[in-house]
Order: sequence, then structure tokens, then C-alpha cells
Amino acid sequence: MAVVFQKPKALTDAPLHYCPGCTHGIIHRLVAEAIDELGIEGKTVGVAPVGCSVMAYDYFACDMVEAAHGRAPAVATGLKRALPENIIFTYQGDGDLASIGMAETVHAATRNENITVIFVNNAIYGMTGGQMAPTSLPGQVTQTSPYGRDTATVGFPIRVSEMLSTLDGPEFIQRVAVNNVKNINAAKKAIKKAFQNQVEGKGFSLVEVVSTCPTNWGLTPQKALEWVEEKMIPYYPLGVYKDRSANKEEK
Amino acid sequence: MAKVIFDADLCKGCGLCVDACPKGILQIAKDKINKKGHSPAEMTDESKCIGCAFCATMCPDCVITVER
Repeated sequence: MAVVFQKPKALTDAPLHYCPGCTHGIIHRLVAEAIDELGIEGKTVGVAPVGCSVMAYDYFACDMVEAAHGRAPAVATGLKRALPENIIFTYQGDGDLASIGMAETVHAATRNENITVIFVNNAIYGMTGGQMAPTSLPGQVTQTSPYGRDTATVGFPIRVSEMLSTLDGPEFIQRVAVNNVKNINAAKKAIKKAFQNQVEGKGFSLVEVVSTCPTNWGLTPQKALEWVEEKMIPYYPLGVYKDRSANKEEK
Repeated sequence: MAKVIFDADLCKGCGLCVDACPKGILQIAKDKINKKGHSPAEMTDESKCIGCAFCATMCPDCVITVER
């Protein structure tokens, strides 16, 4: 008998601290599988964010750096410029990347820094207890929007992939989800491509992963996956938003 | 014949694998509890397993190893 599925080597044996059913674990695994498959663990440096995944440095077996809140793309820029032979990735949530770290994200993208950004969008601040995030859906009930997000006073959610794809800088931007096996397989391909792009020196690659937060959404893990399908994906359509080298090949 | 191995102490009993299984042969144990205090996932009928690894793909905690 051959092993057809096992824990990737780029993950450590530390048990994940995430809540039961939180899809952070799946995304960690997909990143680790990409690192394993490309054989780049020895030269990969990850940048952990602030948020639920703040302890990502315990889980990835490669070198990790902890960035100040939202500054992961800036730290990754420095790392990549100082260590151009290494593979640098950031792993950030929506509070980190789309709120406090928006400036760093947009400028790293527009400079086309040769880094890989994994952006986990679950439409809420998880670690701090479920406050409204820039990505919370209109009408979504959170701790700080108990009557539902009112777009008249707090504005509309930010669609990061669409917004960054209007820039000329970035190489590759795709939005994926991890709510079922089919989407997970697509997400794996996208994340691997984002790392492959960096290995080939193509430039800024961002994969937005639509994720869940069963605890703060107040749903069971199963219902949370359904909520992704019914509410999140219609607002955050999946797909490739930018792939410069693919477009070049077509021309 | 496929074999699915659970690292039961890592399991948080979220049940995502139970829903993902196309054969419906996984369940959350009713009478067991692991080190963390969760009821872990378990297989009811190994002979029906086709080794598709859907359960392992959905598992957020890398609990499941699949051999085929």
C-alpha cells in the first residue's frame, strides 16, 4: 500500500491552536504542500501576521519572521531584497492585510515585489473576538455591527483581489475558497503557482483564500462552509484576476 | 482496499471529514474522548472505504493519513 495522503513535511508536529473547523488549518497545509512539492523548504522564509495566524511561525517548518500588524509585505520586501535567492511568503488575514496593512499591501503589489502573499479572507476579525472587518459583508452581524453592517455609515466591503488587479504592478492575483474538496484542489494549484512564480522571478503573486470563522460567525463548522457558498462567494467571486505571464503567452 | 489512519489526539471533532466522505462511513465518536477533550472522528466500516482522501483533504488539522 502506498501513502496517498499525509501531513506535509513543511508543517511541524505542533498541534494547531485554531478553533475546531477553522479552515486556517487547510490553508496552512496547502502552503506546506506547495513548499514540499517545489522542494524549497530549506530556502523559504515565511512572514507571520498579527491575527489568528500570529502563531504560524510555530507551524511552518521553514524559517519564519513575525511582522508588526499589517507590515508583513514590507518585511517581506526587505527580506527578499536582502536575500534574493530565498523564497519569501507572507500569510495574512483580512484584518491584517486589508485594514491596517492596506498601504504596505498596495505598495508591495504596485512595486511588483517578487514575493508570495497568502491572504485569508474570512470577513471578520477572528483573534480579537469577532469585530467587523473591512471585508465583512453588508448586513453581516458582528460584535461591532450588532444590527448588521450598515453600508450607509461604515461603507462597503473591500474586494482586495479586484482592487489590486487594477494595478499594473502585480504578476498574479487569484481568489480561491476552501469550502469543499473541489475548491481546495483549485486553491492548492493557485498557491503552488504563486510560489512557482516567485521561483521563476516573475513577481508579486497574491492568492486570496475565502475562509471561515465558525466561532465568530456563530455557526457550526458545517454551516460555516455553507455560509461561504451562499454569502461569501457571491460577494467575492472566485477566479483569476490577474495573470500577466499567461496574458503575454496568449498575445 | 484502502486504509485510513486517524491521529485521534489531534482531532477537534469538527466533523468536516464526516460530511466530505462520499461513502458516509465516518462519524464523530459518541463514547470516546481524546487528550484535548474532543470527541474524535472515527470510521465505522473500513471495508467500504475507497481511499479517495476527501476526508483528509477537508481536515483542517492533518489528523488523517490515507493509504491505498
